[in-house]
Parts: sequence; structure tokens; C-alpha cells
Amino acid sequence: MTTDVAATAPTGSGLWRILVQGRAVPLAVVIAAIAVIWYAGAVYMNAPRLTDGYERNKVEWTFGQLVDDAWSMERPILPAPHQIVAELDKSVLQRKVTSKRSLVFHAWVTLSSTLLGFAMGAVLGIVLAVGIVHVRTLDRSLLPWIIASQTIPILAIAPMIIVVLGNVGFTGLVPKAIISTYLCFFPVAIGMVKGLRSPDPLQMDLMRTYSASSAQVFWKLRWPASAPFLFASLKVAIAISLVGAIVGELPTGAQAGIGARLLVGSYYGQTIQIWAALIVAALLAGLLVAAVGLIERMVLRQMGARP
Amino acid sequence: MTQNPAPKLVEPAASGRQSVAPVIDIQGLSLTFQTADGPVYALSDVDLSVAPGDFVSFIGPSGCGKTTLMRVIADLEKPTAGEVSVNGVSPEAARLARAYGYVFQAPALYAWRTVERNVMLPLEIMGMGKDERRRRAAEYLDLVNLKGFEKKFPWQLSGGMQQRVSIARALSFEPDLLLMDEPFGALDEITRDHLNEQLLRLWERTGKTVIFVTHSIPEAVFLSSRIVVMSPRPGRIIDVIDCNLPPDRTLDARETPEFLEIAHRVRDGLRAGHSYDD
Repeated sequence: MTTDVAATAPTGSGLWRILVQGRAVPLAVVIAAIAVIWYAGAVYMNAPRLTDGYERNKVEWTFGQLVDDAWSMERPILPAPHQIVAELDKSVLQRKVTSKRSLVFHAWVTLSSTLLGFAMGAVLGIVLAVGIVHVRTLDRSLLPWIIASQTIPILAIAPMIIVVLGNVGFTGLVPKAIISTYLCFFPVAIGMVKGLRSPDPLQMDLMRTYSASSAQVFWKLRWPASAPFLFASLKVAIAISLVGAIVGELPTGAQAGIGARLLVGSYYGQTIQIWAALIVAALLAGLLVAAVGLIERMVLRQMGARP
Repeated sequence: MTQNPAPKLVEPAASGRQSVAPVIDIQGLSLTFQTADGPVYALSDVDLSVAPGDFVSFIGPSGCGKTTLMRVIADLEKPTAGEVSVNGVSPEAARLARAYGYVFQAPALYAWRTVERNVMLPLEIMGMGKDERRRRAAEYLDLVNLKGFEKKFPWQLSGGMQQRVSIARALSFEPDLLLMDEPFGALDEITRDHLNEQLLRLWERTGKTVIFVTHSIPEAVFLSSRIVVMSPRPGRIIDVIDCNLPPDRTLDARETPEFLEIAHRVRDGLRAGHSYDD
């Protein structure tokens, strides 16, 4: 039986073989499975409210009608995927990007503070790592504080950062970016400490026999050796930087941004709007990580990494 | 420590050795590492003097301190007792004057630099101009027969070629001393033979003082003008053997009676050192 399959498989049509061996078919299967579960879940979650309504209004109902209604409620517990797609179409494609009701506008607001926070976090993380690697006192004293900083839930500390910074005159973009910074300096610092220490003893001894200065050891050995570690950290950092920016928009009552959109959606029970904002956030995160990955590939190829 | 009677083939320079100021002069050197299990006596009461242009091999079993001795000379380890001078100054001063070209057991090339830029690394550190760096890299890559590989990255080269790059890198800034720590230890025997012959030609052409650590008797006898036989626990020098085979020798020299006689003496020295442990 198995030998039969093995013998006939290569003779099948080329397209089919590409589909089976490629990633398209598995991906389609997973997406289909998620859609089926989601639609079923939408019926299950939304049914109690609908049946209550039917009974209150003494309406005769069938299962078919229940399913139809469950997939087209205005404020469902769990909206059906096509409702979210329709909402995305409306708020991404149908509106001008400058409109306050365009998700592109809100995504841009969040993206700008994500990128500012990411840049500041990356610089802070690298500076801390350089300090830890070069100064023995910092090595002993700084790392516990860095780790402790991350054990505080960001939701607890975010409002305080906003309030304190608001009092000293920082509002809008900067406080949100600082919450992103607070989250994303951590993986960069940890990754870079490891990266800057990654040169092996022989490579370090070599620098010593040349009596190289510590600046030369840093720029010609530690820094290039840490590049793979830096990019791995940056991929994590940019994703949590986005999370930080969204969280930063929640306590400010911000007028714009994906976080503001989530907040408004939850005030008014607009679950479809919440889900649409979540999807945009997820797409944004994917794009940002992919962008870092692209830069990583270009830089590491320049540095002679094996293809 | 015994001093060997004059060997059969005496180089003219050898007789004049005493009159020339030594490049390396070591008196009563000891080095003890403090470990959790107590002190480890890596080197004990070592005296050695190396004349300019000598090719000196340190040979001995693992743990005899031959690498440690070389690291002391290069100021990579600090001795606990004794005097070491290199070119008449301390090892540290010699290191700061960039007197050492060190070739390690592994090539220790920087993976993100091309072959050419690896060779240029010490030149950059020493602040040499760009044209001069490029000229030197080309010159020394040619010397180790790696012309045409300038733009390759280390992973694109075989182990033997990588080690030749590291030799070119060590020679590129024209140090007084070439220190080689089992440079061919990780290579197969055919490559090793080939590189031995190339190294010998290189030494004859450059006239550099070379310190060479190995645990291969044929390698030591073939390459060296002097062989320092060492023994472990504590690391010390058992015998210093003058070894002046004809300068233009090829690998065939390993079949000659002179070669076999010296190899025999080295082997005897190593065996004598070992008997302490049995």
C-alpha cells in the first residue's frame, strides 16, 4: 500500500505535487479549521442572548434562523469572521486615511509611538549591555534591577508613567513611546550582554597580543560578533514595543491609536470594532517583525553569513 | 638539564650564538595556578634563552606547560616567580611594542571579515594606512600561497587554508617573534606535512625567530634549530637539543640517519620525563 503511494506520487500532476509539498495546503487546512471552529463558536457564544430575545418576544425560531442571526448580530459576544472582514473593509479601505474613523489613521498613530519607543529601547538596551560588559560594578549591580523592572505588570505602571510625564509637560507621543521603551529595552539588553560576550577566548587573546585598546576590541570584535544576538533581540523587542504602545494608549484616554480604538469599542460594546482593531494590530506586528528580519538578512549577508 | 654536544651538522651561526644578545631570556621561571583543588604547578624553575633567528620547538606531553610557557613569553599569563625578558624588556613592554605574532591552535579568524580583511586586522589596529594595509595583505597572502582567496569568507576555506590565513595575519605586521601554538594540531597528516614544508621555507626566507609548540616528534625535528623537551607535573625542561639539519631540507630529510638520531634523543628525553609518573 505505502509502496504504491510512493510509486505513484511522483507521477501525479506537477501542480498537485507543489501544493502538497509546499506550504499552501497545510496553511489552507489550518485556516479552514480555524474558520469552522470560529463560526461554530460564534453560534455557541451568541445563542443564549438570541434565544432569550426570542422567548421574550415570543417568536417561533428554527436552528437555521438562530445561526443566521448569530452571524449577523450588531453587538455579538463573538463576531463571525465575515463581520470582521466587512468592518475592516469599511474602516481600512472605504475611509480616507486622514479620517478619525480610519483604522489606517489609528494604526499610524500607534506605529509612530511604537517606532520611537523601539528606537529608544534599542539604544537604551545596547548602552546598558555595553556598560554591563565593560564595568564590573555595573555587571554586579544593574542586572537584578533590569530583571526586577520586568516583573512589574506594565498595566500597573503605565498609568503612573503617563501621569508623571504629563505633569512635567510630556503628553501625546512621548509618554506612550516611553512605555514601549520600558518593555523593549529588556530583551535587547539581555541579548546584547550575551552577544558582546560571545567572542571566544582565542579571539580575545589575539586582540591582546596586538595590544588593542578596549575601544578597538569593542568595534572590531565584540560589536560585530554580537550582530546575530542583536537581531534576535530586536525581533522580540519590536513586537513588544507595539504591545507597549497599545497599552500606553489605554489609560490616557487617548483620542487616537489602536489602543484608543479598543477602549472606545469596549465602552460601547462594539465587539466587531475591537476585533478589527486587534487584527490590524496583529498584522502590524507581523509586518514589523518581518521588516526587522529582512534587515537582519541583508546585514548578515553583508557580514559573510552562510546563505 | 643537559647541554648536548655539538651536532654533526653545525650551522656557522650556531657557534656564534653566545655572543649575540638573546631575543628571549628566561631565568628561574615558575608559574603556579591556584585552583579550587589546590595549587597546580604549571611551570617550575625554567631557564631558557633563545637567539635571534632561532626556530625553537617546545615538545612534551599534554600538561607539561609548553603552551603556558609560550603564553608567559607573550604576556598572556603572569609568572609567579622568575625573570623573563624579551628583546631586553619585559614581556608586557614587548607586547605593547607589538613584538608578537601569535598563531593559535585554532585559526581564530573573524567570521564576518573576508580573508583579506582578516589579515589586515592587526594592521588596522596598529593604525597603518589603507594602501599599505592592502599591499601587506596581498604580500603575505601570496607568501602562504593564498593569492586569489582575498574576497572569500573563512567558512569558504578548508581548515588548512584557514590556518595559513592566520599565519599570514601573524606575519603581516612583521613582528620580531612568531609564536605558534600547535598550529597544525587539528589538521590531517598530509596537509600538516605540506604546511611544515611551507613553514620551513617561510622561516628561511624571513629569518624570523619562531617559537613552536607541538607534540609531534617528527614535526619538531624537521622544523627546528633547537628542540626544548619538557615534562609534566611540574612542567619543566628536561633537555635542549640542537638540531641543525641542512637548511634546504625537504620532507625526505625525515629518512636520514641524522634526523632519526635526533628524533631518538627527543623520544628518550620524553620517556625519561614520563618515568616520574609511573
